[in-house]
Amino acid sequence: MSEQLKVPTMAEMMAEGRKPEILFWVGSAGSYDDRAKKITKAFVKILNKANVDFAVLGTEESNTGDVAKRAGNEFLFQMQAVMNIEVLNGYEIMRIVTCDPHSFNCLKNEYPGLGGHYEVIHHTQFIKDLISSGRLTLEGNTYKGKRITFHDPCYLGRGNGVYEAPRDVLKKTNATLVEMKRHKNTALCCGAGGAQMFKEPEKGDKDVNVLRTEEALETQPEIIATGCPYCNTMMTDGVKSKEKEDQIKVLDIAELIADA
Amino acid sequence: MEYLPNIIFAIILIAGVGYFARNINKLIRNIKLGHKVDANDNTAERWKNVVNIALGQSKMVKRPVSGFLHVIVYVGFIIINIEVLEIIIDGVFGTHRIGLSILPESVYGFLIDAFEILALLVLVSVIVFWIRRNVIKIRRFISSDLKGWPKSDGNIILYFEVVLMVLFLVMNATDTPFQNLEAGNVISQFIAPWFEGFSSETLYTIERAAWWLHIVGILVFLNYLYFSKHLHILLAFPNVYYGKVVPKGQFNNLDAVTAEVKLMIDPDADPYAAPPETAEDEVPAKFGASDVMDLSQVQLLNAYTCTECGRCTSECPANLTGKKLSPRKIMMDTRDRLEEVGKNIDANNGVFKDDGKQLLGDYITNEELWACTTCNACVEACPVSIDPLSIIMDMRRYLVMEQSAAPMELNNMMTNIENNGAPWPYNQMDRLNWKDE
Repeated sequence: MSEQLKVPTMAEMMAEGRKPEILFWVGSAGSYDDRAKKITKAFVKILNKANVDFAVLGTEESNTGDVAKRAGNEFLFQMQAVMNIEVLNGYEIMRIVTCDPHSFNCLKNEYPGLGGHYEVIHHTQFIKDLISSGRLTLEGNTYKGKRITFHDPCYLGRGNGVYEAPRDVLKKTNATLVEMKRHKNTALCCGAGGAQMFKEPEKGDKDVNVLRTEEALETQPEIIATGCPYCNTMMTDGVKSKEKEDQIKVLDIAELIADA
Repeated sequence: MEYLPNIIFAIILIAGVGYFARNINKLIRNIKLGHKVDANDNTAERWKNVVNIALGQSKMVKRPVSGFLHVIVYVGFIIINIEVLEIIIDGVFGTHRIGLSILPESVYGFLIDAFEILALLVLVSVIVFWIRRNVIKIRRFISSDLKGWPKSDGNIILYFEVVLMVLFLVMNATDTPFQNLEAGNVISQFIAPWFEGFSSETLYTIERAAWWLHIVGILVFLNYLYFSKHLHILLAFPNVYYGKVVPKGQFNNLDAVTAEVKLMIDPDADPYAAPPETAEDEVPAKFGASDVMDLSQVQLLNAYTCTECGRCTSECPANLTGKKLSPRKIMMDTRDRLEEVGKNIDANNGVFKDDGKQLLGDYITNEELWACTTCNACVEACPVSIDPLSIIMDMRRYLVMEQSAAPMELNNMMTNIENNGAPWPYNQMDRLNWKDE
C-alpha cells in the first residue's frame, strides 16, 4: 500500500476536541500479527476511501481478554475487560467496529455485564452499510466471475447469527460465490477457536484446518474469503499443506474490497 | 370375585405410576444438587422455543430422514396415548371400550382408525431406525462413546415400541364385536383374518391378553424411562425452555470473579477488611466445576435430557479429526456421575459421603476438555437445546483458576496478556506500529 494511511487516535481526537463517528477496535492479532496487519491496513484503506470519521485507541488498546476467557481464565478476562471498559467509557465511545469476530463477540456480548455498553459492528457489516449507503463504490472488475468461497467464522456466524453481511459484500464484487457443503450455521470451525490458536492440537488423525481446507477445495475456488484473522491464518496454513498456495489465495473480505 | 380384575388393574396402575413418581422425585432432587440459575428473563422467547423446537421439532428435521421418522414416532406416541386413557378407564371400572358408549360410533371409529394408521407408521419408522442402528451402522450409533449399555438401550427402546404397537393392533384385531362395527379397524381388519377359525373363547383370551400386556407394557416403558436415555420424551420440554436465549457466542461472566476483580481495582478497598458477616456460613465459591455439584441445575437437566443421538459429536471439529473429545460423552459422563452421586446420597441417609471421585479426571479427562474449539457446532446441532460447551468451559475454568493446569503454551499466552496486553510477547507501546510499516 503506497498511499499514506490516515489513522487518527482517540487521544489526538480528544486533544482537538473532536469525537469520531466510530472507534476501530484493531485487536491484538490485527496489531501484531504480520498477516493480520495486512487486513487491518486494508480495512483502514476502505475507511479512508469512504471518508469515515474514525479513530483507534492505539497504545491505549489492550487485549479484550476473549482468548483468556475461552482458555478458562475468567479472572484475567475480567481484569482486561474492566481496564478496557475504563478507557472506552472515558472516551465516551458509543460505536465500535472490528475485523475480529472474537473481539466483536466479546465486546458486544460479554462487556455489557461488566459495565461496557456499545454498539459493536463487524467490519463485514460495516462495509456492507458503506456500500449500500453509497459511501463506498466498487469498480467491480477485479473479481468479476472469480470463484470465491466464504468460510464462516464461528463467533460471527453461529455465535452471533451474522451470515448474510459477508455474503452480500462478496456479491457486490461480481464474483461467483460458491458455498461449501458445511456453511452458515453448520460451518466447520477452522480449528483456531477456544484458544487452540495458541497451543498444539491434541492427538488425533488430522488437523481441523486441513479438514476445513479440504472442504473449501471441493468447491474449486480461486479465492477462499475469510472474515477473521485467525481463520485466515488457519486456512492459509491449510492451503499451504495442500501445496495449493500458488493457485488459491486466502483473503479477508476487507482485503478483497480494498482492491475491488 | 367379580371385581378382581379391576382391583388387580388398580394395583398395577398405582404401583407403576407410584414407582415412576418416586424416581422422578429422585431426579428432581439430583438436579437440585446443582446451583440455581435465574431463568426469569426472556419468557416470551423461551415459550417460543418450546413451541418451535420441542413441540414443533424444528431442529429434528434439519436432518430430513431421521427427523421425518422421528416426527412420525413422536406424533404417534402422543396421539396413541389418547387410547391409553380409554384403557385406564376400562380397566378401573370394568367397562369395555367406554369410548363407544360416550362418542358417536363414527367419531370413535375415526379416532381408532387414526390410531391404527399411526401405529402402523410408527412400526415402520421404528424398523427403519433399527436398520439404521444395526444394519447400516451409521457412525454416530457405533462410535466408541456408545459401547455397551447405551448401545443396547437404544435398541431396547425400539423393541418396546414394536411390541406395544403390535399388541395394540392384535388387541383390536381379536376384538370380534369391534371388528363387526366395520369402523375403526382400517389396519386391524387385515390382521383379523390371521385369527380366523379360532373359537370365540380363544379370540377373547387373546384379546384380553393383548389388552393386559399392552397396558402393563406401557407402565413398564414408563418406568424404564428413568433408567434409559429416553427421558427426553418428558424432559425435552423443560430443557428447551431453560435453554440458552442469549447469542451462542456469549459465555457467562462469573460473578464470584467479578467481586474479586472489583475489589482489586477499587482504590478505596481495604485489603485487611474482615469479610462481611453474612458470608460466615458460606463455603467460598469454587471457580469453575470439577464435579456435578459445581454445575448449574440447567446443565444437570441437560444431562438427563440427552438422548445420546450423537448429532453434536458428528458435527464436532475435534471429534471429526480424531481427537478424544465427544460432546455426547460429556453429557453422558455428567449424567453417570450425577446418578452415582444420587445413589451415594440414597445409601448414606440423604447426605453425600465423599467417595474420592469427581467428574473431572474420573469421567472426563483434561485431554478431552482442551480439544474443544468452542465453535458451538454441538450446541447448534442439538435438537433439544443442550449446551455441552458450557460444561466444557466450566471445567476448563476449574483447571485454570483452581489448579493452574492449563497446557504450557496457554500459560505463556496468558502471561503475555497479563504483562503486555497481547497474547504474544510484544511491547504494548508498539501496538500502533502497523500504521507506518
